Amino acid sequence: MNNPDEQRSPAPHLSLQGITKRYGGVTALDSVDFACHTGSIHAVLGENGAGKSTLIKIMSGVVTPDEGTLRLAGSERQFRGPADANAAGIVCIFQELSLIPDLSVADNICISNPPRRLGLIDNREQIRRAERVLARIQCEDVNPRSRVRDLPLSRRQMVEIAKALSRHPSVLILDEATSALTAADVDNVLALLRKLRDEGLAILTISHRMHEIEAVADMCSVFRNGQHIETFREGDRSPQSIVQMMIGREISAHFPDKRHHVSSEKALEVDALNWEDRLKDIKLDVGKGEIVGLGGLDGQGQKELLLGLFGVLRKLRGTVRIDGREVRIRTPLDAKQAGINMALIPEDRKTEGLLLPMSIEDNLALASLQNLSRGLFVDKLALSAAIDSGISRMQIKAGSPQDAVSTLSGGNQQKVVIAKWLMTKPKLVLLNDPTRGIDVGTKQEIYRLLRQLAEDGVSILIYTTDYEELIGCCDRVAVMYDGRIVRELQGDDINEHNIIASSLNMDEQLA
Amino acid sequence: MSTESSRHVAMDNLKIRLQKNAALFTVIVVFLAFYAFYNANHPRGFSTAVYIQNANEVFALAMVAMAQTIPVLMGGLDLSVGAIMTLVNCLASHLLNGSPSQIALGMLLCVLAGTACGFLNGCVVVYGRIQPIIATLATGAIFMGIALFLRPTPGGDVDGDLAWALTNDLYEIAATYGFAENGEAAWFTAISWIPVPLVLLVAAAVLVWLPFARSVTGRSVYAIGSAEGAAYMSGLSIDRAKIAAFTLGGFFAGLGGLYLTLQTSSGNADIPQAGAYTLNSIAAVVIGGTSLLGGVGSAIGSIFGALVLRTISFNFRIFEIDPLLQPLFEGVVLLAAVSLGALAVVRVKNTLDLFR
Amino acid sequence: MNSSRKRLLSLSADDKPILYAGLFVILILAVGTAYTLSTQGTATLLSPTYLLQQLQVGSFLGVVAAGMMLVILLGHIDLSVPWTIAAAAMMATTVGGPAAIPVGLGVGLLVGLVNGFGVAYLRIPSMIFTLGVNAVLRGLMVAHTGGFAPQTAATPLMQYLAVHKIGGIPVALLVWAAVSLAIVLLLNRTSLGRYIFAIGNKEAAAYLAGVATRRVIIIAFCLCGMLSGLAGTLLAGYSTKAYQGMGDAYLLPAIAAVVIGGTHILGGRGRYVGTLLGVILIVLLNSVLSIMQMPEAGRQVIYGSVIIFMLLVYGRGSKVTQ
Repeated sequence: MNNPDEQRSPAPHLSLQGITKRYGGVTALDSVDFACHTGSIHAVLGENGAGKSTLIKIMSGVVTPDEGTLRLAGSERQFRGPADANAAGIVCIFQELSLIPDLSVADNICISNPPRRLGLIDNREQIRRAERVLARIQCEDVNPRSRVRDLPLSRRQMVEIAKALSRHPSVLILDEATSALTAADVDNVLALLRKLRDEGLAILTISHRMHEIEAVADMCSVFRNGQHIETFREGDRSPQSIVQMMIGREISAHFPDKRHHVSSEKALEVDALNWEDRLKDIKLDVGKGEIVGLGGLDGQGQKELLLGLFGVLRKLRGTVRIDGREVRIRTPLDAKQAGINMALIPEDRKTEGLLLPMSIEDNLALASLQNLSRGLFVDKLALSAAIDSGISRMQIKAGSPQDAVSTLSGGNQQKVVIAKWLMTKPKLVLLNDPTRGIDVGTKQEIYRLLRQLAEDGVSILIYTTDYEELIGCCDRVAVMYDGRIVRELQGDDINEHNIIASSLNMDEQLA
Repeated sequence: MSTESSRHVAMDNLKIRLQKNAALFTVIVVFLAFYAFYNANHPRGFSTAVYIQNANEVFALAMVAMAQTIPVLMGGLDLSVGAIMTLVNCLASHLLNGSPSQIALGMLLCVLAGTACGFLNGCVVVYGRIQPIIATLATGAIFMGIALFLRPTPGGDVDGDLAWALTNDLYEIAATYGFAENGEAAWFTAISWIPVPLVLLVAAAVLVWLPFARSVTGRSVYAIGSAEGAAYMSGLSIDRAKIAAFTLGGFFAGLGGLYLTLQTSSGNADIPQAGAYTLNSIAAVVIGGTSLLGGVGSAIGSIFGALVLRTISFNFRIFEIDPLLQPLFEGVVLLAAVSLGALAVVRVKNTLDLFR
Repeated sequence: MNSSRKRLLSLSADDKPILYAGLFVILILAVGTAYTLSTQGTATLLSPTYLLQQLQVGSFLGVVAAGMMLVILLGHIDLSVPWTIAAAAMMATTVGGPAAIPVGLGVGLLVGLVNGFGVAYLRIPSMIFTLGVNAVLRGLMVAHTGGFAPQTAATPLMQYLAVHKIGGIPVALLVWAAVSLAIVLLLNRTSLGRYIFAIGNKEAAAYLAGVATRRVIIIAFCLCGMLSGLAGTLLAGYSTKAYQGMGDAYLLPAIAAVVIGGTHILGGRGRYVGTLLGVILIVLLNSVLSIMQMPEAGRQVIYGSVIIFMLLVYGRGSKVTQ
């Protein structure tokens, strides 16, 4: 478990000894020893549910460990809350944003220790401070006076990073902090991390994006099932063996094979679709049993397209045909009716996909209750049969269907969302970035499932921010830019170069 | 290029500022329109006498509305503001007499009592971890019980000079307590017509609310209402801010009760009246542009919300609407006012935004 | 930190309020009986006739609380209950004859429809919209009656339902039982019930799952309105006529009963048995306090303290950590 490499540096800046944390019957961390040093970027790897989140929650004072000690710069510390940890110089950028949506960017950046004059918050100084720190991460385009609620997700994530920096941390923890960022921002953030490391910070990063880890990490630690498996210098292990360490089993291929012939029948045809200034003359079709990917930079209208098809957007103009028949979908209820049979895996599973405090059973049943009722009443036998098959089909790892869905790991939660929709027997599945923040193992299961669905004749339209998924998963890729589909790629044309070029709308320059 | 971009930034800032204060501007304009209409139709409109009467009628509700604003900003609700006001009213009906120092002490005790009630609310919510709406429903009953105990039947003994001075214009205050040459000083005439309750209202807003809104605790109240989890993650002291919110609410409600005593010269533990004040305070808060979901709004808006509500009744009075129809009109106006928010719903293009 | 809860604990989280409310009911009975034994030498509270009589009075509250629970489960609230009760009673007695009860229920339905429309379609917070509707109803009734109790009397059927007994059991109690059965079936066995819980948890997620959330909200408000209307007609039958402010005493106790029974005030969680026990608790508490001839001041204080006490015992929310 310990690695000789760790002893190269005299004393770790932050160290954990014998940390154990249990949630009810589940052991999230099992007597973990861990250390990180100043002037180093330390990546923590592992599947969802491996204990990474608990680890950083303990470091940042959000949860208190059941056993074990935490030492910072040599002295033992106990944090009663995030405020304690912040005061000690440990600042965490969480995956779930910790920004206050109704306050301004400047308010948020300065929230824990705003500049004061005569005891009252000095708004001007606050804005100056915010401008300085935003400039440092090359986010001058964000107005510090704007309400955070009005910013797109990727900008909010950058504000989150700015907020963390403004506290002058000695330990900076990033929990999937880059998952919502655009490619350009990711480069900025990685460059910044290197700079901060050189300034002597201890940086801890959790990411599922291997290429980012390769680009920036000095040390890597792998966690699995609440245990610290191994710590090694970046580059000492091949990506393949790291992945194997994370999931604890051999994995054959990253993506399942693509299908070679696609039926010429069209499940979905969209023509001249317009909405506000976000969707412009969209023309797109999806064949039966075809997986079509939506690519492009974040926020080019991909989400709106999926929501629009699913009946969420009002005043959508254009025609939508399902199986050649023109339909008008005004609500998600319309979208799931027989004859249309659409399903949408929404972007944010915690607020849009799941009812977190409710049971797995209730969540699974929600979309298909109308098919499982006889007269006024729910057919309990049919319901429990459907739920059992849903759980086993998606291999959801849960103690009992009566458990609250919030007790599941992120990957299993996403499986519940997917299983809920599969229970409605959809013919067209729309997915909005379904693998964001999900561990490698579950990702692969989702890829296999999508391919399986396609084999069975289900049509799939998927938006993902991950180029690898577009390349590995999709039969066809439509790249969007500024509300338009700028290019459709097929077969061998689906490669990183083409996708990036089209995403930046540089096709003409390059052609 | 740079001047253009700086102009662009300035425009941007102006737009953001307008967006932030749109609700406040709207309620102020609505109030001014209603009030001008009222005065234009009043036989003695635009006179000091009318201003004094109106200011007196509005003060207690304005205070209770401010009291309600702070818990609402925090994402809660205080169903006990009317009860706290009534409790202080009953207490004040015993204490506001005797020598000037006794009266001063009595006023201090009254305000402290209101503040203590608010503090109790805060403690029940924070340490009892009970939802504010249900916690204050319960504490409200307790406060009403104490009020009934203090004043089983309406009545009281309130110092006449004080009541007279504080419920009239500045001239009377000067005349009663003999400063500014009994109010005859030349420099004083320019302001001597201003109703005292109006001065007190502005003082409460400027001296108490504005500093609070710009303090770290006040900022935390907004943060909690907007996203409590994020506020906790940002290391804000949630418990302190919550207790402070309810305590300050109790303080304002106490001021309202104190003033009500001066205005009516008696204490009255009237349960329906307390309920009406609580409900009207919520209406005033909403009309004043504060979101019941928390995080957005201000007590200044609520003051104008209270003004709008009262001005509507003033208008009924001068148009001699059948008293039997008056409650109906008030109800319809209230319903229409709160339904104005629905206009935004029509503009929503992404139906997911409806569920925020 | 939802995931931190053990499964066993989370199971009992729903049962705990029911257990404690039950224990508290017994405690009230014990204290009340001790009091009557020591002052009058009789155990009045424990006599079946007295209990049935109290429950008969309590059934009006019970019917209101049943409707209120549906709305609270959605994460909303219905503050128009007081004047829905009064309006239903007044219109029922005004119309009279066989149409009286349907008119009473119809008034409730109509109010529920308006409430539901405002909340579901106009998206106005229920707290404020139902408050406005309550004010309008009051205005309508004041205009209708001239501000006095209407002279019209309750029909014999209304009186029968409210006052009569079948084999010693008050009919009103049977009405309450029937309502309760219907609500239990609705919540546990129908998709509508599941949708109510789902919307109370996260309306956006329910909407995206293809639930007609607005329709569900309207139906719940209509049911709440109709049950208030039913309570109004029963109440008018009980006191033989309708009068101003007859519903005022039912709003807060109904909310309190639902919450004491373990239903989360923000929606999404709760069981009907709890509401039932909450009603019984409040009714018995009132009877004991009147036996003790407690003045209004003391009643208010005790009433408030009991709610806080009960919630301190089991209603504490979890501390926010995320």
